[in-house]
Amino acid sequence: MKILKIFLIIFLSMSFSQLKSDEKNNKLKNKILKNIRCLICQGQSVYDSESDFASSIKLIVNKKIKDGLTEDQVYKFLIEKYGEWVVYDPKLSKNTYILWLLPLLLFLVGGAIIGKNLIFKK
Amino acid sequence: MKNKLSLIIFFIFLIFCFIIFYIGLDKPKIYIPKTNIERNLPVFKAKDFSSNTYIDSENIFAEENYYIVNIWASWCVPCRKEHSLLMELNQNKLIKLIGLNYKDNLNNAKKFINELGNPYNQILIDNDGTLSVEFGAYGVPETFVINKNKKIIKKFVGPINRRILEEIKLIIK
Repeated sequence: MKILKIFLIIFLSMSFSQLKSDEKNNKLKNKILKNIRCLICQGQSVYDSESDFASSIKLIVNKKIKDGLTEDQVYKFLIEKYGEWVVYDPKLSKNTYILWLLPLLLFLVGGAIIGKNLIFKK
Repeated sequence: MKNKLSLIIFFIFLIFCFIIFYIGLDKPKIYIPKTNIERNLPVFKAKDFSSNTYIDSENIFAEENYYIVNIWASWCVPCRKEHSLLMELNQNKLIKLIGLNYKDNLNNAKKFINELGNPYNQILIDNDGTLSVEFGAYGVPETFVINKNKKIIKKFVGPINRRILEEIKLIIK
């Protein structure tokens, strides 16, 4: 009876940890899919889309996560296949300098104008 | 004077916005990936269409100077259109023409090949579309040119036409 209890505890803890890891993988998968652009449907992420392309990407992302790839490695794999455009969060590179720096520049210029006006008012 | 300057800056800004949007009007909204970038051939295992056995990519891409991988499906209308050109391409003995049957019903695919002829030296099955993703494809039909160093040197999105066929012939010359 005691042995049976021990087995039961081990079995339950194992299935619980399996469930937990599945949940973790699922969360990671959804996070990645929300950051991947569906290339054949306008304005939709792969997560939102039901197209053939999106369903294949969903399967491959799932497979890559099961193979033990990290989030960055999955992005790198997809960028290698489809280019930087496939991710919604492009990395800072010579092609994306303007994209990243323009909002910062506008913020600084805007801040400077507001600051200047405030100082003059005083 | 200050008001005049602000007005001029405002108008320059408006003209700038107008030009940006005007240029944007003519640009195609659908993304087409770069097709000239050399990429390594993926390493994979795929089911053979005729023997129904799994084959390693190393055995598929082994001896020839050039390989053409064409993604097709029996339900794909443009695939029918390009089929006669693929039959013509098959006459070239310098290449191995590999078909990748994309998300298809096996019986329908067999009917398609029996009806229109088989231009492929080998056909692989891609039931769930993941093999096509490994190649960097996002639709069907798509065609890839691979050299003997196992690099994808060219990719053609959409059906092959006469111009593309001539381009492929020029590459493999």
